[in-house]
Amino acid sequence: MPISLKNEAAVAGIGCTEFSKNSGRSELQLAAESIKAACDDAGISPSEIDGLISYTLDSTDECEVARAVGANHLTMFSRIHYGGGAAVGTIHHAAMAIATGQASTVVCWRAMNGRSGRRMGQGISGEITSSDLIHWSWYLPYGMLIPGSWIAMIANKYMHTYGVTREDLGRVAISQRNYSLRNPRAFGYGKPLRMEEYLNSKPIASPLCLYDFCQETDGGCAVLLTSAERARNLRQRPALVRGVCQASAREQEQMTSYYRSELISLPEMELAARQVYRQAGLGPGDIDAACLYDAFTSEIIMQLESFGFCKPGEGKDLVRDGGLDIDGRLPNNTHGGLLSEAYIHGMNNIAEAVRLVRGESTAQPAKRVEHVLVSSGVGVPTGALILGSD
Amino acid sequence: MPEATRPKPHLGHDNAWWWDMAAAGQLGIQKCKGCRSLRHPPRPMCGDCHSTEWEAVEASGRGTICSFTVLTHPQFAGFEYPLIIILVDLEEGTRLTSQLVDCSPEQVDFGLPVEMLVQEDADGFKIPVFKLADRR
Ligand SMILES: [Zn+2]
Repeated sequence: MPISLKNEAAVAGIGCTEFSKNSGRSELQLAAESIKAACDDAGISPSEIDGLISYTLDSTDECEVARAVGANHLTMFSRIHYGGGAAVGTIHHAAMAIATGQASTVVCWRAMNGRSGRRMGQGISGEITSSDLIHWSWYLPYGMLIPGSWIAMIANKYMHTYGVTREDLGRVAISQRNYSLRNPRAFGYGKPLRMEEYLNSKPIASPLCLYDFCQETDGGCAVLLTSAERARNLRQRPALVRGVCQASAREQEQMTSYYRSELISLPEMELAARQVYRQAGLGPGDIDAACLYDAFTSEIIMQLESFGFCKPGEGKDLVRDGGLDIDGRLPNNTHGGLLSEAYIHGMNNIAEAVRLVRGESTAQPAKRVEHVLVSSGVGVPTGALILGSD
Repeated sequence: MPEATRPKPHLGHDNAWWWDMAAAGQLGIQKCKGCRSLRHPPRPMCGDCHSTEWEAVEASGRGTICSFTVLTHPQFAGFEYPLIIILVDLEEGTRLTSQLVDCSPEQVDFGLPVEMLVQEDADGFKIPVFKLADRR
């Protein structure tokens, strides 16, 4: 039986700023003030908010709102499209999240300088900026213009602290390239990568070089879901969603979460791990294979720690032991991943996890694969998924 | 044709004051008036005490290198390569992202003391950067 939304969720607080022709402050501030007011109305602390929903038209990012109000453990965030058509849709998503246990305290917001900034009816009147543009303005004037430069800062600190070497990153790149050798869809099909070639590749953003970066790809990838019951009567063996979540943590930024006391872990990925394991009733010991997000090699090693496959600082040891290879502890990105199959923003990693559960990967491990872990992008508000066999 | 210059920050209520201070030769830090804590990058509400009242204080400009990356490729107009980007742990306790100037890629390392200077580009734009501290 599907879960019904009837009587599952309720509005507990409302909050607004004053309404004017010129607010004199940022849309981010208007969002933060109205959210704080709604929390005060409900008699709860903003730190309890674990879900945020707005319009695609809203200029303020969820992680900026979360930082401003001190919501440090988001497990669900979504955006509704179509301008004002989003209004009740925000409540729809909130009710679904609450009814299904994805979040317990969800705020829907919309904040706009609709007269002094971007006027809906008359184009642009005043100064146009957004929390997103201001965020990037801390980096672009300094020449940090590519994702590799943003990730390198954390990779360098992490590698320095734990003694991770270029060879360790190379082992990740080569493991995934080896998988792709068997995958006719993959960029790396029939193109082996040797350590010497890896180590001599072009430096881009130290410590990262060419083969630490994912592909650049034109392509599409889609995944269809239906009820488990119906899926059992369709053509393929179902890959059941055991658990799935989003995650955004304290001092979360988009790619540049540099201002946390510790730079050498991924707090949002640790939150995703806790949430997805709890939902699924599983732990790291139950995961047979993974498709961890791999825009950069360093991200794989850090995530092994976030998801509890080893202790902090020991990700490199798991890699050195061949843990990511086809006969290893955690066969990872058996299609080649974003590094060696294609860069379709992780949707192709989800597709591979489905193949692993079906037993249909071009590099299917010999062992039984019951549970596959998939993660979303690293260094941004993220998420995790566990697919399981029926 | 004029020479290309670095991308300029988008300015709004939440950051223009910081760049104004930079243009005046100062490194700013946002200080919450509710709980007196310092925060960077600035934001309009304190995530701890929820105050929207804050003031700008001037940092000493002294700190140490928390992390760094040397950028070599691709190369964008307005910058000189190799370009050294650093995270600086300021004496005051906040951290910021900046550029290390007058330093070779071989010299940069974790923990080195640095000090701020405001660099003026050919087009007159002023931006806080850092150099290795004189006395180490
Ligand atoms: Zn405060």
